Amino acid sequence: MSFKFTDENLEKIEKLKKQYPSPKALSLPLLWMVQYQDGYVSIDAMDEVARITTRSTMEIYGVATFYTMFNLKPIGTYKIQLCKTLSCMLCGEQELLEHLDKKHGIRPNETTEDGLFTLKRTECMGSCGTAPMMAVNDDYHEDLTIEKLDAIIEGLKNGN
Amino acid sequence: MEINENTKIVSAKFEIPNSNTLEVAKAHGAYDAIDKAFEMNSEEIIKIVGDANLRGKGGGGGHAGTKWALMPCTEESESVVVINSDESEPGTFKDRQIISKDPHLLIEGIIIACWTVKAHDAYIYIRGEYKPFIDKLQGAIDEAYEAGILGDNACGKGFRVDITAHRGGGAYVCGEKSALLESLEGKRGHPRLKPKGKEPEWYFGRPTLLSNVETFSTVPFLIKHGSEGYHKLGTEKSPGTLLFQISGHVNKPGVYEMPFGMKMIDFINNIAGGMKNGKKLKAVIPGGVSTAVLTAEEAEQVTLDYEAMWDFNTELGTGGMIVMDEDTCMVKALKNILEFYEEESCGQCTPCRDGSGWADLMIGKMLAGEGKMEDFAKIQEVSDSMNGKTICLFGPSISSGLNSYIGKFRDEFEAYIKQGEQK
Repeated sequence: MSFKFTDENLEKIEKLKKQYPSPKALSLPLLWMVQYQDGYVSIDAMDEVARITTRSTMEIYGVATFYTMFNLKPIGTYKIQLCKTLSCMLCGEQELLEHLDKKHGIRPNETTEDGLFTLKRTECMGSCGTAPMMAVNDDYHEDLTIEKLDAIIEGLKNGN
Repeated sequence: MEINENTKIVSAKFEIPNSNTLEVAKAHGAYDAIDKAFEMNSEEIIKIVGDANLRGKGGGGGHAGTKWALMPCTEESESVVVINSDESEPGTFKDRQIISKDPHLLIEGIIIACWTVKAHDAYIYIRGEYKPFIDKLQGAIDEAYEAGILGDNACGKGFRVDITAHRGGGAYVCGEKSALLESLEGKRGHPRLKPKGKEPEWYFGRPTLLSNVETFSTVPFLIKHGSEGYHKLGTEKSPGTLLFQISGHVNKPGVYEMPFGMKMIDFINNIAGGMKNGKKLKAVIPGGVSTAVLTAEEAEQVTLDYEAMWDFNTELGTGGMIVMDEDTCMVKALKNILEFYEEESCGQCTPCRDGSGWADLMIGKMLAGEGKMEDFAKIQEVSDSMNGKTICLFGPSISSGLNSYIGKFRDEFEAYIKQGEQK
């Protein structure tokens, strides 16, 4: 199963190439592009990124596994990243974590059976002043409370 | 404009609705410094930055003027400007305010920096998690291109400036400048070996001026008000202001721009609304978790500037304070920080890669009641093995964390050991 960028993305890549001194700089922009196109980064996609960036496949495997935000296998529709670092810990991250498990059956490093949610406990996401926080896919949800958390999860289940 | 202690250098537009749009930003003085800057030459601008004693505001606190003076400032050198917006130090959340609330201030600073060092390409490296803020920034960049502020004839000055926002992939270590450049070159974010003498950073072999978002955003103020204007704020050795951040057990956590030199305890009580639930203060991390922790007694004495922090064997860092009340378990707090380090170590140097894990393991054992008094000596050994023996400052930060928590709150660690022995 080989990977192909969409025509729209190929156009964007040509534009990107002009913005950097070397195509080698495009590893991260292209891996992001892959992730938005497919939802995760497959080995085939990494091979294609290596070809375009003129990097070796091993270099790109190294890059894709170094940065924690790339999903190396398919995940749920909603990726929940719950911050676990100090300020969030001090402001009640643990209760949110337990609540996600008890009330919604959402547990760290697992995808729920309905394929909707994948939970990751992540290190600091730069929301210490609005702790505790989580990100759902690209969006930040800050100053979380149990009630807010329930409303977000229920909303996503109902497709809002 | 009169400059006094209430003057906001980078946060002046934060409270204005839609300040991220060009129209609103321009109505409030955005790009006002451009004409004056383009009338100056490189030496003149670098002299202002140096005389102002502008310090790098990303955590290092190095002298920006020294860094700028290392640049060749010629067209032939094909220099590059890189803006560090990786902001991953726990307790730090200030750059995101600038890139989402006043991105045009940053763009203005970048244009001036590019003109100064004769660079035509600038890259803003932003941590991957900040997607919502990257979108805001990209919107501002697009607007600036449409208005002719960026592009081949930037601000109508016949000088090309192109800015690219580059999204990271989730790696704390990329906030380290050389790791950031490796990452920007499309590689793993491994810090580079440091040169023996002073020289600029390099991006694909091109001389590179690399500083934090807030540092570049301060430059328009320097152009408008000169180094004397900057010296009207802060202390003699730490002039100017910083976007201080405060989080943890306080009533009003957030970002507040203040001149350097304010008493930390006044900041906590007067600016951040005091301790949550009327609890007593136990400890404060002064500038992100990589800085040594201060006890309540120390926090009462110290002032918020670089030099005062050194007197207490810690650093001002990013100015991101984490406040902990009397109920906080310092062993759990340290464990939390060690987990962070273990996860984020880039793995290049053995002392840090293995040391972060060992330290986490041993403190974890103490928490589980399986620790022994002899463990303190072993922890010290691991701590020493990381201090000054790695390529970047990541290892020494773990070491200073371990030493400050165990040194200042040893009774709490011992209590876990004694509890375990009684089982």
